Amino acid sequence: MAGKSFFIDTSRCTACRGCQVADKEWNQLKGTKTVQSGNHQNPEDLSFNTWKLVRFSEIGENGKVKWYFFTDQCRHCLEPPCMYTAQSLGSKAIIRDDETGAVIYDPKVKVEAADFKQIRESCPWDIPRWDEKTQIMAKCNMCFSRIKEGLLPACVKTCPTGTMNFGDRDKMLEMAQKRLNELKAIYPKAQLLNAESVRTVFLVIDDPKNYWKHAAENDVGITRIAAVIKRLIRPLENFSHFVG
Amino acid sequence: MTNSWTDIGVSDCVLIMGSNTAENHPIAMKWVLRAKDRGGKIIHVDPRYTRTSTKADIYAPLRSGTDIAFIGGMIKHILDHDLIQKDYVVNYTNASFIVNPKYDFKDGLFSGYNAEKRSYDKSMWAFEKDEKGLPKKDPTLQNERCVYQLLKKFYSRYDLDTVSSITGTPKEDLIKVYEAFAATGKPDKVGTMLYAMGWTQHTVGTQNIRAASMVQLLLGNMGMAGGGVNALRGESNVQGITDHALLYHIIPGYNPSPNAADVSLEKYNEKNTPKTADPMSVNWFSNRPKYITSYLKSMYGDNAGKNNEFGYQWFPKLDVGQNASWMFMFDEMGKGKFSGLICMGMNPACSSPNSNHTREALSKLDWMVTIDLFESETTNFWKGPAMDPKKVKTEVFLLPACSYVEREGSISDSARMAQWRNKAMEPVGESKSDGQIVHELYMKVKALYEKEGGAFPDPILKLKWDYAKDGKVDTHLVAKDINGFFLEDIAEHPFDKKAYKKGTLVPSFVFLLADGRTSCGNWIYSGSYTEAGNMMARRDKTPVATANIFPKWGFAWPVNRRILYNRASVDLQGNPIDPKRAVITWDAANKKWVGDVPDGPAPPMGLEGGKEPFIMKPDGVASIFGSGLGDGPFPEHYEPLECPIEKNLLSPERINPTTALFKEYKFTTCDPRFPFVGTTYRVTEHWQTGIMTRYQSWLVETEPQMFVELSEELAELRGIKNGERVSVSSPRGKVEAVAIVTKRWKPLKVAGLTIHEIGLPWCFGWLVPKDGGESANLLTPTIGDANTAIPEYKAFLVNVEKLPAKGKGR
Repeated sequence: MAGKSFFIDTSRCTACRGCQVADKEWNQLKGTKTVQSGNHQNPEDLSFNTWKLVRFSEIGENGKVKWYFFTDQCRHCLEPPCMYTAQSLGSKAIIRDDETGAVIYDPKVKVEAADFKQIRESCPWDIPRWDEKTQIMAKCNMCFSRIKEGLLPACVKTCPTGTMNFGDRDKMLEMAQKRLNELKAIYPKAQLLNAESVRTVFLVIDDPKNYWKHAAENDVGITRIAAVIKRLIRPLENFSHFVG
Repeated sequence: MTNSWTDIGVSDCVLIMGSNTAENHPIAMKWVLRAKDRGGKIIHVDPRYTRTSTKADIYAPLRSGTDIAFIGGMIKHILDHDLIQKDYVVNYTNASFIVNPKYDFKDGLFSGYNAEKRSYDKSMWAFEKDEKGLPKKDPTLQNERCVYQLLKKFYSRYDLDTVSSITGTPKEDLIKVYEAFAATGKPDKVGTMLYAMGWTQHTVGTQNIRAASMVQLLLGNMGMAGGGVNALRGESNVQGITDHALLYHIIPGYNPSPNAADVSLEKYNEKNTPKTADPMSVNWFSNRPKYITSYLKSMYGDNAGKNNEFGYQWFPKLDVGQNASWMFMFDEMGKGKFSGLICMGMNPACSSPNSNHTREALSKLDWMVTIDLFESETTNFWKGPAMDPKKVKTEVFLLPACSYVEREGSISDSARMAQWRNKAMEPVGESKSDGQIVHELYMKVKALYEKEGGAFPDPILKLKWDYAKDGKVDTHLVAKDINGFFLEDIAEHPFDKKAYKKGTLVPSFVFLLADGRTSCGNWIYSGSYTEAGNMMARRDKTPVATANIFPKWGFAWPVNRRILYNRASVDLQGNPIDPKRAVITWDAANKKWVGDVPDGPAPPMGLEGGKEPFIMKPDGVASIFGSGLGDGPFPEHYEPLECPIEKNLLSPERINPTTALFKEYKFTTCDPRFPFVGTTYRVTEHWQTGIMTRYQSWLVETEPQMFVELSEELAELRGIKNGERVSVSSPRGKVEAVAIVTKRWKPLKVAGLTIHEIGLPWCFGWLVPKDGGESANLLTPTIGDANTAIPEYKAFLVNVEKLPAKGKGR
């Protein structure tokens, strides 16, 4: 399965937040109550009603300021730890579409608090969210209803700068690599984030930690994945024990 | 904009100054980034490091209100290092013209100043003329009274130390910007400038833009693809509004409004039709009488004839010397001189400078009709803060207008391009389109005049008003009326000797006549809706590839020209100065231009029958020395009305000596009670005063509440932490805001002092959301530009103080 991918070129992002709002519009997500707390990033974090969020990061370096924008969303992992975790817990709440690779949370399947906690912890990018009242999980679904009809995801369609791109995985990786090569000459730290394992490929021009603590999969994330694999293996062991 | 949006993408250098393009014109950044992709340099000069700055190769800070000092320094840099594009400057500008000896500049004043009237006798700045009446020239640019030498002398005062001390911009940043932009003075390089309200909203606003134009002329960047001076207009259709004259001083197509001294059509035409003795000058405005007669015919139809000056006497006139612009209007309203106001799609209670005064002024009216989508701080002013509804006599009506998706019509963007927009749905509820509301209002007023008579009913009763079918306005009829049509069969038209039938649409404004045989609602839109169809509805992406312009998409005035002054993009023989970015080229074999629609069909200047490039100027060339503006032929730095330093470092004249003063209003300067510079701006997430966005939860959640941005240094000085509530005050008012303490704002060294600047948005208001806060315009002063009277929203004095915490979470 080659499937689809996003290529998000943060070097072009102007934080207009068109993607953030377009996502809410297409998916009819509620506007949430927010306050100004000394930062333009708002809502403060992803939530059950916010699947796409432009994160603002201001850093000082040698008396000069840098202001990075990171339009956060689900990475649609090739091998999604959240899905495997859910499966290990016996939940069918998370599926992966065979054709596109979209990782989708089924809005009809309830998940208990303790299970959700494990699912969220399994995600190296802290994406999964859950509504306490309905016990439903939510996150970016790759605008599945749009891409199935050959349309671009709403966030990509609305982006005026070429930051958000979407298409066949090989084309997106090629585009990402080409852009990376151009930018490497100017920004030595330019890099693609976890391109080999996710379908939402970010390009950054600086240390990913300067954008957002979960911009790239970090060591903790790898540990989490290891944990997931352990969880996956355990039931098998148990099973073999029974048949053995 | 002199240019189109798309050709910004081929520029070598984009100087963004007085504009926060990324936040206020997000789509425009597409073209800026295209330029960057091709290796172009992006420069952003702004008091605050914004989302635009993040995409710039060079960012330079400056103090609000010091742009002329900054640009003046650039002019000096260009002249000192002889970086001008000399052929262009000599042939296509008035740099070689000799100025008469009465012109002088001393102690901040040009010759001819009248302190009492706060105005100049501009005849003191005239050029010397030869026996034929042509300006005397010295093409070697050596004569000490030629424009080039006067320019050099004038800006010799703008050395790096002085400029840096005024602007606060570090010297190394000034040099970086000057070098990068001046590098576009070569024939195969081009630079463009993008500006917005950061340049206009100052007491020296018009001169900010003139200074920019002068740089572009010196560098040969005007008329070029990827060049020009580009005003990013503040609203999607504000260009259309200006084109159709929603300002007091002009009538449609930028023709001057008549005043009481223009007692006849003949007098009006005599005054407003420029003459030239230069046979090579096209002097386009010699055609003005054709546009005026055709306009009057469109106003009064068959009621207008040669016998009654085409209805000129019915046309409204200003008083002589009357300034009927915004602040003057609200000043008079505050004095009780108005009985009623129709307020259409505006929210002056939040958008006016000194809004507390504006809100007071509204309470002096007998009635106010507001036409808007939603309730606003204006529609509900009588129950706003500090208002006692019992004491407000104003009777307020709110007529529900429909939104743009519920009506069809044209929309004109900053690049002068009109695009037709279809209707997506019927208006909801009882709402109606603006056109329909105006139509119904007119029909009622007319009926009343017919029934009751009045002092002067003819201006209403004699109007031609044929825009509706069965009471419903048809926008296509309006568009056709604007384009213009023949009123009689014409056997042999003077322009092309061809025959035209009565009732057919004119192909363009060159077919308009001064004798009453044509009608045209707005000459610059002539050609937008012709017998070939609605040109504004065209959607063909075929480009003029070299210039990256798209002539078959929509319609750009005038005559679908995408790049103004494009005759200056070629050499004297008509060859593109920069062939890889050719805008137009003279095809010598076929004796015609190819490429963009040229500024007139005449051959290039160096060939037989050739004409000079700047066809709108009587001299045929562009004005480096301009005697048209009220505040001087060269832009000079003056401080904002409210500035943090005691004096202007360049002259004894602290503020623009020709700006009208509203002395009864509160203002201050160099005042320890208000020690910081304040400025105002918009945010991407809200539209103007926010009436179209503050009811929208997806947008409100992104920018929910009033904030003030300030530096870490100022925050420390005032003991303010990020996210804390503060009060920002000026002599006129006070607003509460949440502090955003940021590294993106830095104190500047100005005149040896450390100067702090803060900024706040004006998109909030007391009505909605309830905890959103108030408009920054409670703070801004009543003062404006000397030429346009646009208010000085961008620089004033404030104080910032920490407020006690109010409950949790705030």
